[in-house]
Amino acid sequence: MISFFTSHSKLFDQLAINALLALSLSVCLQAGQLALAQAAFMGIAAYIGAILAVSAGLPLLPCIAIGALASTLAAMLLALPVRGLRGVFLAIATIGFGEILRIVANNLKLTGGGEGLSQIPSDANTFVIYGALIIVCIALYLLSRTKFALAIALTREDETAARGVGVDTAGVRFWTLALGGAIAGIAGVLYAHSNFFITPADFGFGRMEQILVACVIGGSTSAIGAVVGSIVLTLLPETIRFLADYREVTNGAILLGVVLFAPQGIAGLWRRAKS
Amino acid sequence: MAAREIMSGLELDGVAVRYGGVTAVRDVALAVEAGSVLGLIGPNGAGKTSLINAVTGIVGIDAGSIRLGGKRIDGIAPHRIARAGIARTYQNIRLFGALDVRTNVSAGAFTQSKVFDERAVRALLARVDLNEVDLDAPAASISYGDQRRLEIARALASNPTVILLDEPAAGMNPVETARLTSIIRTIAASGIGMLLIEHDMTLVRAACDAVVVLNFGEVIARGTPASIAVDPLVIEAYLGADTVAI
Repeated sequence: MISFFTSHSKLFDQLAINALLALSLSVCLQAGQLALAQAAFMGIAAYIGAILAVSAGLPLLPCIAIGALASTLAAMLLALPVRGLRGVFLAIATIGFGEILRIVANNLKLTGGGEGLSQIPSDANTFVIYGALIIVCIALYLLSRTKFALAIALTREDETAARGVGVDTAGVRFWTLALGGAIAGIAGVLYAHSNFFITPADFGFGRMEQILVACVIGGSTSAIGAVVGSIVLTLLPETIRFLADYREVTNGAILLGVVLFAPQGIAGLWRRAKS
Repeated sequence: MAAREIMSGLELDGVAVRYGGVTAVRDVALAVEAGSVLGLIGPNGAGKTSLINAVTGIVGIDAGSIRLGGKRIDGIAPHRIARAGIARTYQNIRLFGALDVRTNVSAGAFTQSKVFDERAVRALLARVDLNEVDLDAPAASISYGDQRRLEIARALASNPTVILLDEPAAGMNPVETARLTSIIRTIAASGIGMLLIEHDMTLVRAACDAVVVLNFGEVIARGTPASIAVDPLVIEAYLGADTVAI
């Protein structure tokens, strides 16, 4: 068991980081926001966390704190111009934001251009990564017991009616995007500090698609579903080795299957089985 | 000059709503007093829903003032207007469809600090004559007439000063409409003011204390339901001048 664990520790780390990313998008989806900038938020924090460690020799924890703070601020700044956008228009604008950042990172000296940054200390071990995941899960659980969680659900179900019962829906949209930025940032720094090197391509549309598919598989309005979806999506290419090279194809096929046959994802199937 | 009396209810004065160059509502004055039901009628496109949207802050007003309990509420955000004590229902029902009946009722009390337990939810549903409904059913799954009454229960949950009802009888059969009439009168008797937009004149006659008639965004008549029904201007607005001439 222990030898299995050590030989697969990389995969375990990946599972938790992907779960964090799925949670960061899930927070936005629960408020009805199809905001697809999580990979960009992850990238911002990953680069800041990497640069601080490589050039300033900062230890991991301050790197996480500063990186996540930066991605949160980026999410808040992005929230302002897109506040009037809904649905697919919001999705396109936020994907555009991610693409701009990716291209900028591709051309900046500070980020190492397309070559990326290397020699990042691999100090984010499995315990740190799972510690971060557990802390985020506890925080989200505590949040789910507050009135803000009801405000999120009402905003998702019907924004006009939510305002009609006194919910500050603009506030809900702003703060869920900020919270998503924070969680994606934590995942980003952990990713950089467990991978030795990062490139702009790590945080492109492919990554974003991966996060979205995980949430859709799990059930787009359920945090637990998002985690389960990300686990399924991370393990699938590992368990079925011959599929590993066709990751994008399998992702697309899974997405299509879920949308057609189980639009509420795993969480929906679970609810149906229970009732 | 006598001091202006501060009303406990809703008061509109000289209200205008424009969409670009189109004037949807012009110089409308009306008052919904606590415990009374004011009907707002008029042909399609007369500006009734625009007026309700202006009161709830969904659209801004271009002239005039809107007051609740003497305090101005025009120009503030919709969720703050809701918190000030105005609740509404919608022409096309707007429940939180995927959420259960219980949550829909307690969502109405979002701004209240008290927790809505099962008894409180049942008590509110009883006020709209919705006693048999399954509290755990998604709101979208209950019958159309029940959804309309659930929306009123949600509005009541906020403990409002005034409720705006936008065509609550739409799609109801005569039996359901008669039931709705007594629900509205009971709510009014509890001291809540109501503005009732409605096409169903049976309901207007039975439920309203007074009626305001809008046409092309302006008030063309006001009075008791009985006097409105025989007002030539109102008949003309609904049926056209030629019909009256014949």
